[in-house]
Amino acid sequence: MAETLFFNALREAIDEEMARDSTVLVMGEDVGHYGGSYKVTKDLYKKYGDLRLLDTPIAENSFTGMAVGAAMTGLRPIIEGMNMGFLLLAFNQIANNAGMLRYTSGGNFKIPMVIRGPGGVGRQLGAEHSQRLEAYFQAVPGLKIVACSTPYNAKGLLKAAIRDDNPVLFFEHVLLYNLKENLPDGEYVLPLDKAEIVRKGEDVTILTYSRMRYHVMQAVKSLEKEGYDPEVIDLLSLKPLDFETIGASIRKTHRVIIVEECMRTGGIGAEIVASINDRLFDELDAPVLRMSSQDIPTPYNGALENLTIVQPQQIIEAVKKMATAKV
Amino acid sequence: MVQERALPKIQSASAQITKEEGLVLYEDMILGRFFEDKCAEMYYRGKMFGFVHLYNGQEAVSTGVIQAMRPGEDYVCSTYRDHVHALSAGVPAREVMAELFGKATGCSKGRGGSMHLFSAEHKLLGGFAFIGEGIPVATGAAFQSKYRREVMGDENADQVTAAFFGDGTTNNGQFFECLNMAALWKLPILFVVENNKWAIGMAHDRATSQPEIYKKASVFGMPGYEVDGMDVLAVRAIAQEAVVRARAGEGPTLIECLTYRFRGHSLADPDELRSKDEKEAWFARDPIKKLAAYLLEQNLADQSELKAIEKKIQTIVDEAVEFGVNSPEPDASELYRYIFAED
Repeated sequence: MAETLFFNALREAIDEEMARDSTVLVMGEDVGHYGGSYKVTKDLYKKYGDLRLLDTPIAENSFTGMAVGAAMTGLRPIIEGMNMGFLLLAFNQIANNAGMLRYTSGGNFKIPMVIRGPGGVGRQLGAEHSQRLEAYFQAVPGLKIVACSTPYNAKGLLKAAIRDDNPVLFFEHVLLYNLKENLPDGEYVLPLDKAEIVRKGEDVTILTYSRMRYHVMQAVKSLEKEGYDPEVIDLLSLKPLDFETIGASIRKTHRVIIVEECMRTGGIGAEIVASINDRLFDELDAPVLRMSSQDIPTPYNGALENLTIVQPQQIIEAVKKMATAKV
Repeated sequence: MVQERALPKIQSASAQITKEEGLVLYEDMILGRFFEDKCAEMYYRGKMFGFVHLYNGQEAVSTGVIQAMRPGEDYVCSTYRDHVHALSAGVPAREVMAELFGKATGCSKGRGGSMHLFSAEHKLLGGFAFIGEGIPVATGAAFQSKYRREVMGDENADQVTAAFFGDGTTNNGQFFECLNMAALWKLPILFVVENNKWAIGMAHDRATSQPEIYKKASVFGMPGYEVDGMDVLAVRAIAQEAVVRARAGEGPTLIECLTYRFRGHSLADPDELRSKDEKEAWFARDPIKKLAAYLLEQNLADQSELKAIEKKIQTIVDEAVEFGVNSPEPDASELYRYIFAED
């Protein structure tokens, strides 16, 4: 076991996969000599050379399209969005070509590529650098969407994403890169479509992902002391959703709270609520509660920013209210 | 009076062809023309749907460039006006026609349609319906050739990619971004502009500050050529040089082909803005007639040989229609097939 920082866990995943498969390469802004804006690819160019750690000009739509073309012709590119928000500039290549081209080509081509980088609300980074693109991209057919949350799952999921033959949008969180965790010494790969049960419980199911996992667990620490027993599930895979794990939990607790960092309108939670209503409505003892970020551009001011995202105290109150609600 | 750019001169020495080569070019251009004429007929008879963009008039570009490559080995990347590029690249006419009929036997299994033709077997990367989006994909394929050669040590990886697009696209950022990257990394790619003067109803001169597109190569340190896009031998000669440079690792070339579409932007376009004079001036320069005249003049072919080719192609096109009509619709149970690689 070695204590590993989150960004180094990602680096290890990329390093191991590049050593294993010479078709794997990284493309993006400052991924080579600079080592990535969060040091995820630090010094890898020294080991693998400039073509495998390709520093691109600042041309998001074009280098993303290049990755699609490289993937169609047999390489396995990893795109780094220096900040995932920048990839709004690559929306067309991600949606039309990474997402849909396999289908429109009638199976002629596959697109094995990973699009990864930091997303989420940081600390006073301003609206453009505080985006949650997972919500915008969830409607695109053909994409898999993953949100990692710990050094352990970041490494195992990224390795799986690189090996997957489909385009995978892989969200890291700008505030989680310095987390530490002891990682197994040997190689491991995690399934891309499985949620993680972070805490088993009986009262209520809390569905969350990415950094909100930590807000939830902070709330749970207080709730435990007062005798509440929530079950916490980190979704990890935002598309497809792991309804086996979600369903098993709901059949047990019959109450659901979703805690997410994306905006409420058209969010990941909105899709989950609809899916729960479709599949598990009869299991519910209360309406699903959705706790999301406010429907506003993330404000710069720190106090306003805190009001924009869901805070642990709000989760505590919500769990108490739902756990004690009469059926 | 229609003002046109003076046509560039090519060196006749580099345009020498054998009889066999001449007939191959003629056959490919006739296939493009007859196929598109048949598409128009089928569309107006209600057999074909959606937006259909025909290539009539521009055949010298597709044939001249792709026949200068190694069809089936080198990569071709097209736009929404892609039928004839697909045919030149070797996709069988029946598979293209079946795709336009939306059938399961189409090259994209009926999922793509006119603007989304693909063939992995024939190295056709698409069929891209939005302006400019194919250029980065083509650039990625060219990067892949370089990567295989230099990183993976594959000495056979000398494939060249041709990216086709129109004059309207050269005002789009992806064009400039990819010229920059291709020149920077010396990628084996041909950027082929089919300047047909009109982006639907937007005249090229009204859309761009520098209408001479080939000159835009110079700021990227890339060779740029203008060529008579109605002259297949001129296009082929320039393309051959560019292919040699690309294979030798000397990087990309921008080729501006001055051409004209003989029909509207699509079959849904009323085509009211282009003047009768302009159209007639260009119709008189029909690239197929020009090649035929050259072959006859040079005694490379006689009328009966050309007629035989036309007859053969008419049969292929008719059979393609029959194949399309008689092919099965995609199975409804396979609606979700091909979303993911495992399907």
